[in-house]
Amino acid sequence: MSTTTTASLPIQKSHKIAESLSKRRARVNLIAKSLCFLATGIAVVLLLAILGTLLYLGGSGIHWSVFTNITKPPGSGGGLLNAIVGSLIQTVLGVLIGTPVGLLVGTFLAEYARTSWLGNVVRFVSDVLLSAPSILIGLFIYQLLVAPFGGFSGVAGVAALAVIVIPIVVRTTEDMLTLIPTALREAAVALGAPKWKAIVLICYRAALNGIATGVLLAIARVAGETAPLLFTSLGNLNWSTALNEPMSSLPVTIYQYAGSPFEDWVQLAWVGALLITFGVLFINILARVVLRQRG
Amino acid sequence: MLTRAAGLFVLVLLGAIIVSLFIGGLPAFRHFGLGFIFETDWDPVQENYGALVPVYGTLITSVIALLVAVPLAFGCAFFLTELAPNWLRAPLGTAIELLAAVPSIIYGMWGFFIIVPLMGNYVQPFLIDNLGDLPGIGFLFQGPAFGTGIFTSAFILAVMILPFIAATMRDVFLTVPPMFKESAYGLGCTTWEVVRSIVLPYTRASVIGGIMLGLGRALGETMAVTFVIGNTNRISTSLFGPGNTIASIVALEFPEAPGGSLKLSSLLALGFLLFVISFIVLAISRMLLGTKGQK
Repeated sequence: MSTTTTASLPIQKSHKIAESLSKRRARVNLIAKSLCFLATGIAVVLLLAILGTLLYLGGSGIHWSVFTNITKPPGSGGGLLNAIVGSLIQTVLGVLIGTPVGLLVGTFLAEYARTSWLGNVVRFVSDVLLSAPSILIGLFIYQLLVAPFGGFSGVAGVAALAVIVIPIVVRTTEDMLTLIPTALREAAVALGAPKWKAIVLICYRAALNGIATGVLLAIARVAGETAPLLFTSLGNLNWSTALNEPMSSLPVTIYQYAGSPFEDWVQLAWVGALLITFGVLFINILARVVLRQRG
Repeated sequence: MLTRAAGLFVLVLLGAIIVSLFIGGLPAFRHFGLGFIFETDWDPVQENYGALVPVYGTLITSVIALLVAVPLAFGCAFFLTELAPNWLRAPLGTAIELLAAVPSIIYGMWGFFIIVPLMGNYVQPFLIDNLGDLPGIGFLFQGPAFGTGIFTSAFILAVMILPFIAATMRDVFLTVPPMFKESAYGLGCTTWEVVRSIVLPYTRASVIGGIMLGLGRALGETMAVTFVIGNTNRISTSLFGPGNTIASIVALEFPEAPGGSLKLSSLLALGFLLFVISFIVLAISRMLLGTKGQK
């Protein structure tokens, strides 16, 4: 009946209603748009604020001694050499151990168990591991490798980081392998290649850049991990590259130094934060460039 | 087969994490029974430990963080998919993804040295003066302005999960078929109406899944929170009061918990509780987001 009631209204009045309605809609639209603009602005300002703080407070402390001296007691001009080296060792080893496992699992999900029951369960579990709190992985490795063997060690730190690496590599490997056209696989099999050969020689080669991206992202992620290292490699203020002893790392050193009351330690913590953030951001950007080169 | 073994290894890994945390926490569960979850004490002298305060702190900081981050993230995603000019979309999207890659300890440091003084000197006194006497909600804004506490932690968490949620939302907004949106525009809808009546209903499940993913991240966050929450084992009604989260109490108390002690077991039991909470959240999020391999 609405048509008749509208028609029975004086024309001027219905015009007015339509006009005010369209004005209202335009107003709501404008408000929504402005709020979204504002939200994006806030996000960008926050990013700039963080990077700006790092550059301002960390940049002023960058000095050769940071890279040539190891951590020393406050007031004696220490650096971060042992922390940087420890971080490099643990990150590299963790990624070296975690990547093959992640690669195999990703291959399993993409090539062998696509939608099978087991495949779905493994995929789900791997995704849960991907976003599980990293502090719990630290506790797990503590229970597994630190408590029974009576001491914090670089090995435990490496193991914790490797556990974090696995699901990241799984995710990207599977995503990249599923993007490979089936025709490529069929062509390889038609030439008489066994399945493993088709995967290793054809699919891996075609997905190489994508897989490399995953590994880079994994490096970027574990390089900044702090919580799992607190309970595994603990940190070490002396020079040590022995894997069976507590090992220093950049994030843990930042954590210890930032909470200290000594000005020069806090300054070093800012330098470390600057190094690690820009290292991580650089690797992230590198990963994007690698991915874009796929052609 | 090797890949199958690797797939099973991931299952075993998750199982081992659960079992090891549970076994580690077993003495505490045995000693305190179910009361462990409802006990507010954390008293190393009397050897009386309870989980209620950290569990409360974990939930309240994460929920407040979501309340702040979700509208902002939605705004960013809306802006990036509908409003931003084309030349701006890629760089802005990358910037937001890079914000997500910054290690959490950097957020903690930034929060501790920059945000805490701002909160303590300006924001909190202002809120206490203006909202503290309101009937009904005034109790949330009372007490001394320390700068640290629940409110500041929630703010840092919000800044941290904002880019995660924004990036997920943008990705799912992009999955809406252009024809749907064009039809709505053709009917004369404003941008806001298109987003509200076409984009949001179409992507509802994935949007909620993305929010849950951010929640999972906030629940288990350690470093960012440990710096700013104040670390006091007390439930205060004011948002500015200090508190504790599971992750922060584990990170702080762990070095003072000798192997085999009831305290260590209680910390591991807390870890187990955190795992259960985040597992539920992550499982829901995965179900809503849909598993990628099946698309």
